[in-house]
Amino acid sequence: MQKSYLMRTPSLLIFLATLALFTVFVTVAADMGWMSTSFVKTLGKTLCLCLAAVAMDLVWGYAGILSLGHMAFFAIGGYMIGMWLMYARTEEIVVASLMNGGLPATPQEVQQGIATQIFGVVGASDLPTIWGFAHSLPLQLLLVVALPGLLALIFGWLAFRSRVTGVYLSILTQAMTLALSLYLFQNDSGLRGNNGLSGLQNLPGLDAVGQDRLSVWFFWASAGALGLTYLLLAWVVSGKFGSVIRAIRDDEARVRFLGYSVETYKLFVFTLTAVIVAIAGALYYPQAGIINPAELAPIASIYLAVWVAIGGRGRLYGAVIGAAVVSLLTTWFTGGRAPSIPLGFATINWVDWWQVLLGMSFVAVTLFAPKGIGGLFDAFAGLRTPDRKGAPLGPDDGSLQEQEAVE
Amino acid sequence: MRRLIACLLAAVALCNIAPANAETAAEILAANGPLVEKASRQTIAPVIDALANSGDPAAAAVLEAWANKGLGVRKADGVFFLISPSPDGYALQDLTGADAGTAAKSDITELKPNAGVRGMIATALVQFTLSDPDPAKRRAALDSIGQDPKFEALAPLRASIDTEDDPGLRAQKIRLERLLTLRFDPDSMARVAAIYGFGADIGLDLRGALNPILATKVIAAAGDAPEGANVARELIPGRDLTDAAAYDLLVTAGLAPARLTLGAQREALLANMVNGVVGGVALADLDTQVARDRAYTALEVAGAVPVAATDDEAAAALAAHSFYDVYVEPDPAVTDAAKAELKIISRKLAAMQAADLGLDALSLASIYFLAAIGLAITFGVMGVINMAHGEFITMGAYTGYVVQLFIPNYTASIIVALPLAFAVTFLAGVALERLVIRHLYKRPLETLLATFGISIALQQIFKNVFGTQARPLTSPAWLDGALSFNDVVSISYIRIAIFVLALLFLGFFLWLMKRTRLGLEVRAVTQNPNMAASMGINPDRINMLTFGIGSGIAGIAGVAIGLFAKVTSELGSDYIVQSFMTVVVGGVGNIWGTLAGATMIGGLQKVIEWFNPSNTLAAQTYMILFIILFIQFRPRGIIALRGRAAGD
Repeated sequence: MQKSYLMRTPSLLIFLATLALFTVFVTVAADMGWMSTSFVKTLGKTLCLCLAAVAMDLVWGYAGILSLGHMAFFAIGGYMIGMWLMYARTEEIVVASLMNGGLPATPQEVQQGIATQIFGVVGASDLPTIWGFAHSLPLQLLLVVALPGLLALIFGWLAFRSRVTGVYLSILTQAMTLALSLYLFQNDSGLRGNNGLSGLQNLPGLDAVGQDRLSVWFFWASAGALGLTYLLLAWVVSGKFGSVIRAIRDDEARVRFLGYSVETYKLFVFTLTAVIVAIAGALYYPQAGIINPAELAPIASIYLAVWVAIGGRGRLYGAVIGAAVVSLLTTWFTGGRAPSIPLGFATINWVDWWQVLLGMSFVAVTLFAPKGIGGLFDAFAGLRTPDRKGAPLGPDDGSLQEQEAVE
Repeated sequence: MRRLIACLLAAVALCNIAPANAETAAEILAANGPLVEKASRQTIAPVIDALANSGDPAAAAVLEAWANKGLGVRKADGVFFLISPSPDGYALQDLTGADAGTAAKSDITELKPNAGVRGMIATALVQFTLSDPDPAKRRAALDSIGQDPKFEALAPLRASIDTEDDPGLRAQKIRLERLLTLRFDPDSMARVAAIYGFGADIGLDLRGALNPILATKVIAAAGDAPEGANVARELIPGRDLTDAAAYDLLVTAGLAPARLTLGAQREALLANMVNGVVGGVALADLDTQVARDRAYTALEVAGAVPVAATDDEAAAALAAHSFYDVYVEPDPAVTDAAKAELKIISRKLAAMQAADLGLDALSLASIYFLAAIGLAITFGVMGVINMAHGEFITMGAYTGYVVQLFIPNYTASIIVALPLAFAVTFLAGVALERLVIRHLYKRPLETLLATFGISIALQQIFKNVFGTQARPLTSPAWLDGALSFNDVVSISYIRIAIFVLALLFLGFFLWLMKRTRLGLEVRAVTQNPNMAASMGINPDRINMLTFGIGSGIAGIAGVAIGLFAKVTSELGSDYIVQSFMTVVVGGVGNIWGTLAGATMIGGLQKVIEWFNPSNTLAAQTYMILFIILFIQFRPRGIIALRGRAAGD
């Protein structure tokens, strides 16, 4: 007898319940004052990173496309929401200061004032064309999903059409994010060059609401987005579509010969995940308060892949666990709170040595525990790896290794 | 104007002072005693000129002494002496240099010319230094004239050419004379001849002399251009200059009333506000420009504020006037000649710049090639993605730095550093291959991520050991400086060295792969490890050695790159994406492809930079976009392997 979908994937219910409990706990803790506002923000940001990691798991763990450029979409999402936040916030300030001048402001004066406020720092005083929609929240929210979606669509179409696969695609996506970040570093890119956008933590019109409240609201939004996306992606990978993309991961040529349009599937997954990552970015940066082109550096996207690998790829919950564990540990270690280890001749100061530990543990996971942390759950659930005499699931670069797979 | 003054001064000199040549320096000084004692910039010029042109062989010494407080006048009879301090006051010499005994300090007034007068004396002295017996002094005089060309230097310079016996200095003098002629000669025909005389010369000094002739300023006029103006072209507002700028010109020239700025309008409205109403418009309604204009016009009609130009009036004023770009130089023959000459020069210059661009591109290409050649072995031949390759480059550069700490001689240290860097990174590469990569053959994506882990760990270790600030890796003195062909085309020796090094590596790679046993075995193992193993080759050993050699070459490249770049822990990671691009664009598995890829990327980047020189970031951006598109059309790179060698 066919069991119901929820019964077949107990991890989904467990995950959603855990997330709900965690949200309630954080809300209560923040209300009671057990948790500082900055820590709530850290947790909220971590949820956004988890959201990006889930999307990365879909594109790499399920479809076998190792994209090293997804954090570019994350940052674009952040820039798009940041433009509105900065514009609206500056507008409030400018209108208030013009009111003090005695006359009510004309639209031109307001426009000019905003432009000087925002772009004085890069020596310009006109609002660039790309800020044309910045006055409107709905339009800018539309851009949060439309722009990364479109970019991913064009880039993916070009790349998949000419059958760029494996490491070549990885290098190409890496080049894409490098090009974007170099472009944004210019002062005349229209996005304030290396200054980036700042002051994003202040929501326009909500000055009366303190940051302690806002941080909880953003935490809820992040948790909600993560829960919904998890539900969506669990549904996407459970059906026939999921089987096809897993097959593409393991043996693309065979799927093509079976008559599936491999490129369309890949393009869909690539674009969908780009949009999800962009939404995660749009939720992340108002909590971080600042965004600049360094966020697009190729290394950020590699970290995204690292989280998924440490959590265990091909398992949605693995990505969440990997992102949460690694980014929280990073915060802890680099925050200077981890105790130093005296070795007699030298002291291991974790602020300096954490990255070495991270790099090495990453090598160790790749070599000795391909399942990552998710493997612990597999062992707990009694899932075993198939006996394929050491052969991976398929001939493609992205295919799962024997030890990664679940019987 | 300056020429006019000079002429006037000369005329004054002729009137006031007895004709030159007829007098000795002593006589001139005696005749102008009071003037000399109270010398000031405004009055002393005739005397200095008379001295300089007197023909008295002692004049130079007198002038020099005057400027250096070595000239004094005896109070008793007003006779001038060359003075020098001595135990009992001053030792005196008369102006011809003959000894004239001593005098007590109180008997002599020492002349103390001020800075302005000293400057004039120095200018007058130039003609003597131009004929100074010491060539070094003559050269220094020429240089000082070249840096600050003046009309006054022209005559002495011409006079000194005939007596010059050093051929090099003579050529320099003739060139300088031509440069001064084309700018300052009173006869415009002589200037035109001098301008055309240069032909297609691309010297910086010539361009520096021609450009001021073509300096222009914008003037506004009602109707035609003013009489006698040397018009370069007419400017149409809206096309050649903005309306606002054009109107500002009219305002500055007093041809139109000032325009009302938004700020001034605001102030005026605020000042005339009565009970929340101004000009019949309520305060709350003043939130549009139209309402504000209406209120201001009402005030104008009432006479409460000055009449200011509205947009219509401004447009009418613009239409009524013409704007001209006018040469400061009044003579059209000279400006035409300068324009024609600059055109010839710019054509030659463009060719030279293209040549220079070519050299730049070549040197950038050899840097990329050097950074990528190690990857051409590990990634190109073996197919191993090593993200830590950049850190091997850094490791090589730091090895060079450490060697220089122990060996202070830069030449010796570089000679030691190159093989040592190879050894260090070879060992690091072998260790990486044995410990990590060996387990991940056939799993390129995992290799990528694992070596990335190594990369961030190594980078952090470099930071912890060497600090975050840049470390010096100094090149030997013989690599300093540049080989310059002329003012435009030049290339620094260190870039030539890198080019040579890149060629050496290309040769080494070809020799290793095509002529050695190891190369044969490497090729066999990459094509078919199982078959190679059954022929008695140990694939493990070969893979280890190949990876080590690739890494070792990265170390040597690191020393070379460290010589001109800052040695920081991020040195290598700056090159890693470009290096992978170079290998991928060129075509994996083929050294000629890597060479072609490096040439293409280096050349294109320089060409894009040339279009927009201020913005190297944009150049890199467009470069990468171009590569992404290029991969669309040639997914296997410029030189794609075909058939069995392609491996699939």
